[in-house]
Amino acid sequence: MSVLVDKSTRVICQGFTGKQGTFHSEQAIAYGTNLVGGVTPGKGGTRHLDRPVFDTVHDAVVATGANATMIYVPAAFAADAILEAADAGVRVIVCITEGIPVLDMLRVKAALAGTASLLIGPNCPGVITPGECKIGIMPGSIHSPGTVGIVSRSGTLTYEAVFQTTLAGLGQSTCIGIGGDPIQGLDFVACLALFEQDPGTKGIIMVGEIGGTAEEDAAEYIRGHMTKPVVAYIAGVTAPAGKRMGHAGAIITGGKGTATGKFAALERAGVSIVRSPAQMGARMAQLLAG
Amino acid sequence: MNLHEYQAKALFERYGIPTPRGQVIVSATESARAAALLGSGPWVVKAQVHAGGRGKAGGVVLVESPERVTAEASRLLGSRLRTRQSGLDGLPVEALLIEQPTPIARELYLGVLVDREARQVTFMASAAGGMDIEEVAAVSPERILITRVHPAVGLQPFQCRRIGFGLGLDAKQVKALQGLMEGLYRLFLDCDASLVEVNPLALTQGGELMAVDAKINLDDNALYRHPDLMALRDASQEDPREAEARAHDLSYISLDGNIGCMVNGAGLAMATMDLVQLHGGAPANFLDVGGGATAERVAEAFKLILSDPKVSAVLVNIFGGIVRCDLIAEGIIQAVRQVHVGVPVVVRLEGTNAAQGLAMLAASGLALVAASTLSEAADKVVAAAGQRQA
Repeated sequence: MSVLVDKSTRVICQGFTGKQGTFHSEQAIAYGTNLVGGVTPGKGGTRHLDRPVFDTVHDAVVATGANATMIYVPAAFAADAILEAADAGVRVIVCITEGIPVLDMLRVKAALAGTASLLIGPNCPGVITPGECKIGIMPGSIHSPGTVGIVSRSGTLTYEAVFQTTLAGLGQSTCIGIGGDPIQGLDFVACLALFEQDPGTKGIIMVGEIGGTAEEDAAEYIRGHMTKPVVAYIAGVTAPAGKRMGHAGAIITGGKGTATGKFAALERAGVSIVRSPAQMGARMAQLLAG
Repeated sequence: MNLHEYQAKALFERYGIPTPRGQVIVSATESARAAALLGSGPWVVKAQVHAGGRGKAGGVVLVESPERVTAEASRLLGSRLRTRQSGLDGLPVEALLIEQPTPIARELYLGVLVDREARQVTFMASAAGGMDIEEVAAVSPERILITRVHPAVGLQPFQCRRIGFGLGLDAKQVKALQGLMEGLYRLFLDCDASLVEVNPLALTQGGELMAVDAKINLDDNALYRHPDLMALRDASQEDPREAEARAHDLSYISLDGNIGCMVNGAGLAMATMDLVQLHGGAPANFLDVGGGATAERVAEAFKLILSDPKVSAVLVNIFGGIVRCDLIAEGIIQAVRQVHVGVPVVVRLEGTNAAQGLAMLAASGLALVAASTLSEAADKVVAAAGQRQA
């Protein structure tokens, strides 16, 4: 079992014939993802990677029944691409693109409210249900089907959690990279709710970082709603205030958004926190064995 | 990206937000003429640096004679101003804003920012002008007025009335505030700002509103569509290593420790710094080499890390995902040969083809210490840095 995507998910790629879109579509197909086509305006009617190319997302959805999309278009066009996918009724929209202006995302979020679409990202590694469906830039080989749900704001740090749970023999139900931008699609709370309802997920690893209050909100939610064990790690204990640590959203402002504050909030909510990123898998194994 | 006060005020003028009359000078020889253009004095001389707290640091002075304007200009231009926000080295003063003083009756605060939780552009105001909003928030949060703007309808008159009457303004002044807030909102959207602050917003003795100070931060992600604003960048106000990093598409922040860190991915880079500290060391920097850790980028990253004389050991932590570890190992070997790295380097490679990568490092004949787990890498680099210091 899994959340968001599985082997029946019909995926298209926006920015299909570009360099990134081509490379990651090839990887997705090799992994076994049911990639049914792609969109590049002006190239409709041609074929790419042995799949049909469409001019618009609407055309692609009508022709293929796609219910998920992965977006690899440049930042300047990403807001438009997300809105096009939502307008075409695509349920799961995964936006990998990094560097989208904040005000673009602010408008996109307002426009998505009230639609049935779920946005993942932007500026994220994507979402994967091991052995079934890979939408994103994560290396498929480190994953294994299993019972741990992973939700994270960071890319390579997600891979650490994945790799550790694979080595521990636990595997993953689904891994969701929610992205490092200040304004994003699904947040921790939404993903925790999905995992709580998924019978295939036995425990959740949550990887946060400095900036904003998403982890504090998650702590509040966990206290009230989660029955499954949650392990949490927060990156950025050593990060100085006022500096943007790579991710646009990773910044401590006015004393708010520190790793210390987030750890404390999660601990108060009964979450099993780990201070070392090397301990995520081992702690989850302990909790699931106990 | 940050703007100088004089640049922000020029934008304010364009959006109908009242500011004091002023002149910008970059040389003391211009000071007499600038003073004369502004009338018979007195004058305020304001150092233009990207840091708050200028007044207390002697960077904002009120003077009574044109000779004093010139004297202050000579003192400030070419100096470094050290404020509570500037860092220990201070920031270079290369321009001054000379203004007519504003006869202030009350000092207010008005700020606009993106509230990431509410996902809306948000106005904040306070009657405690001149104070940092963070300080007001900590001491008396009830004194902060907040109103959020729905992107579909934009800023509404009622929101301006709420803020205005909440600040204790009269009906005429509230009308003026509405014009000012509408201007700020348009400026915020047009320029893709991430923060606009007017602190203080003065209520003059004549009952007018006046932006006595101005601060604008811009969204770096949106600069591509604002070449005119990008041209306002002042590299002299930025950490030279951080600017160099940006030129090579690396993300670098300098810290106070002695262990250089090179990592792929921002989250893992932060986690690596934390791990170094957890194992008893102190990180010298944050550095994200990005997804495609090619030999060239790794070489640039090494140069950057080693340009910091505090660094006594380097930890390279790469989780090879799509990028294979054997290719990364090749990059590291080439880079270490090219850059002549003189300090111990601990390398942890994990992910695709990790074993092959580690074998290549071992066979290279270079003094690279291999580690296979995160904890082992942290232990080894802390030990190496400690030995060098001892």
